[in-house]
Amino acid sequence: MGMKMNWLGAALAVVGMAGAAQAQSVKVGIIAPFSGPFAHYGALMKAGAEAYVASQGGKLAGQNIEFVWRDEGGPNPANTRTLAQELVVKDKVDYIGGIVFSPNASAVAPVIQESKTPMVIFNAATSDITTKSDYYIRTSYTLWQVTVPAAQHAAKKGYKRVVTAVSDYAPGIDAETAFKAEFSKLGGQVTESIRMPVRTTDFAPFAQRIKASGAQAVYVFLPGGPPNLGFVKAYQENGLRQAGIEFLGTAETDEFDLQKFGDSALGLTTLFHYSGARDSAANKAFVAAVNKQNKEAIINYATVGAWDGMHVIHKMIEATGGKRDGDKAMAAAKTLKWESPRGPVSIDPVTRHITQNVYLRVVEKGQGGLLINKEVQTFPAQVDHGLTK
Amino acid sequence: MTLLANILIDGIAYGMVLFIISVGLSITLGLMRFVNLAHGAFAMTGGYLAAWLVGAQGWPFGWGLLAAVVLTGLLGAVLEALVLRRLYRRSELEQVLFTIGLTFLFVATANLLAGPEVQLIPLPAWLKTPVDLGIRTLPAQRLLVIAAGLAVLALSALVLGRSRFGIWLRATVDNTGAAAALGIPVKWVYAATFGVGAALAGLGGILGAELMPLEPYYPIKYLVLVLVVVAVGGMGSITGSAVAALALGTIETASKYLASDWGSLFFFLSMALFLAWRPQGLLVARRA
Repeated sequence: MGMKMNWLGAALAVVGMAGAAQAQSVKVGIIAPFSGPFAHYGALMKAGAEAYVASQGGKLAGQNIEFVWRDEGGPNPANTRTLAQELVVKDKVDYIGGIVFSPNASAVAPVIQESKTPMVIFNAATSDITTKSDYYIRTSYTLWQVTVPAAQHAAKKGYKRVVTAVSDYAPGIDAETAFKAEFSKLGGQVTESIRMPVRTTDFAPFAQRIKASGAQAVYVFLPGGPPNLGFVKAYQENGLRQAGIEFLGTAETDEFDLQKFGDSALGLTTLFHYSGARDSAANKAFVAAVNKQNKEAIINYATVGAWDGMHVIHKMIEATGGKRDGDKAMAAAKTLKWESPRGPVSIDPVTRHITQNVYLRVVEKGQGGLLINKEVQTFPAQVDHGLTK
Repeated sequence: MTLLANILIDGIAYGMVLFIISVGLSITLGLMRFVNLAHGAFAMTGGYLAAWLVGAQGWPFGWGLLAAVVLTGLLGAVLEALVLRRLYRRSELEQVLFTIGLTFLFVATANLLAGPEVQLIPLPAWLKTPVDLGIRTLPAQRLLVIAAGLAVLALSALVLGRSRFGIWLRATVDNTGAAAALGIPVKWVYAATFGVGAALAGLGGILGAELMPLEPYYPIKYLVLVLVVVAVGGMGSITGSAVAALALGTIETASKYLASDWGSLFFFLSMALFLAWRPQGLLVARRA
């Protein structure tokens, strides 16, 4: 009797184990800043990624999803590479997502190349990252992608003389180069290229220089937070708008900072791929899903980058039946095309970067007096102009 | 000519902001000889309190500013009496480590209570309107900062040089034992002075917020800037701090107009030259 019971128990145990093996979940490692001055990016990405899985009923392509969160901190390539290595070797993740800073994103290239782990970049915006490994896909944007339409808009408005004013570090110089290249191609002239030290707190001198230059518009690139607020304040206080100098930005009126500008932001023009106030069914569903997941999350480009990144991972899981097969997953990802909260998007098979609309937006007062980025014009299906020139 | 005027106007305005955010430190570090790297934390506290009182509670700007400054001063005095007092006889390294630790505590608390976003102190309409100076306009807020800077300068010179309290303070800092033996209430003098230093830091946080926006990392971000001003101005010399702030502010502004590609090179280069020329401070002649 005792023997029989043992046999039965063993048999049950075996069946149970097989069942457990079948229901094993797909592991997704997310690297994003969860502490320090950039922690809000991590929080927004987490909200976006979790909201996506919840919106699909908690499973992607029938598989349970197990997230492994890792803290990117700040710009620190060596550390990020170690994190990626640990995710692949120790946690045995099937996919990696996230990464805010470009140097960090580039640093994981050898890890994902060797282990054939698809990596979906939710934010890092330097063009050449995706050329460094065959396993990168990007669902954010690049500076070239949003800046080329900015130059086209300036040319179309008949501007001949434009000043560029950028923060003096790699992305700023990238933005300056992109604007100059496209604007001069269209017959305009960048009369002055001002590079503002990263630690600038008083932007009044730059505003005065722009005013004195006699330009018709100023193309601006600034990192988010205090520099952004400082520049816009200086732009208003020194009467650049009254002088008729149009403000042309990209991420400057991002939803994360937007309400802090107050009325001084009204009328600012930016060109960007996503506005939280976009009027579409897909966007409304997205906003509702994120709000349900995390009431405090701000709907902006970081949230939507994570949401669409999870969509790509979803489709890769579908194509591989939940098994670990980096090449098959990548082949599937390259043909993707879907309706994102930001509008129609697709993955460019060559650059593995997202092809998307870029919108001309103006800051307006929306419902309840909150400031919004109102989309007024569409530049359809923009590729990454940094790689596809 | 316009360029020169622009440099001077923006330079003085910026220099006064530098002075107002550093003056509290030139008291705690300069006069009291306490390595107070938590200065920025007090400045941030003042700013956050004002943002909360004026923004969320709807107080008038003037009252909000006054209350925030007083509360920051009280916090400084209490901290001095409870904790910081024990550090005066410790080594400078221990003071550095403690006050940096205190700063991190403030950073985390600000993050916890108000989140990572920038906090704004809503300005009343009369401070928002640009003032016409004839050749160009300047925001009224900047004029308020200049006026406040001059007022602080005059008041501190008066209190330190002419009042009984000033005599007590100088005596206490020079020789605590002898001062106590003479009947000076040294504990009270220290707590009050630190409180005033913290209150001035808070004032700087509030008035400087237009250029240095308040956010949780504020105390660390602008620490170098205020240390430079106090070091160049000379320990304990508030007038020196003012001269240093105006000189450095004008140099920084000129470099933004004329050679912005060089970044902050001229700011730090002139700091190095000033320190080589007058290691004890701008207004103190080199001691043999």
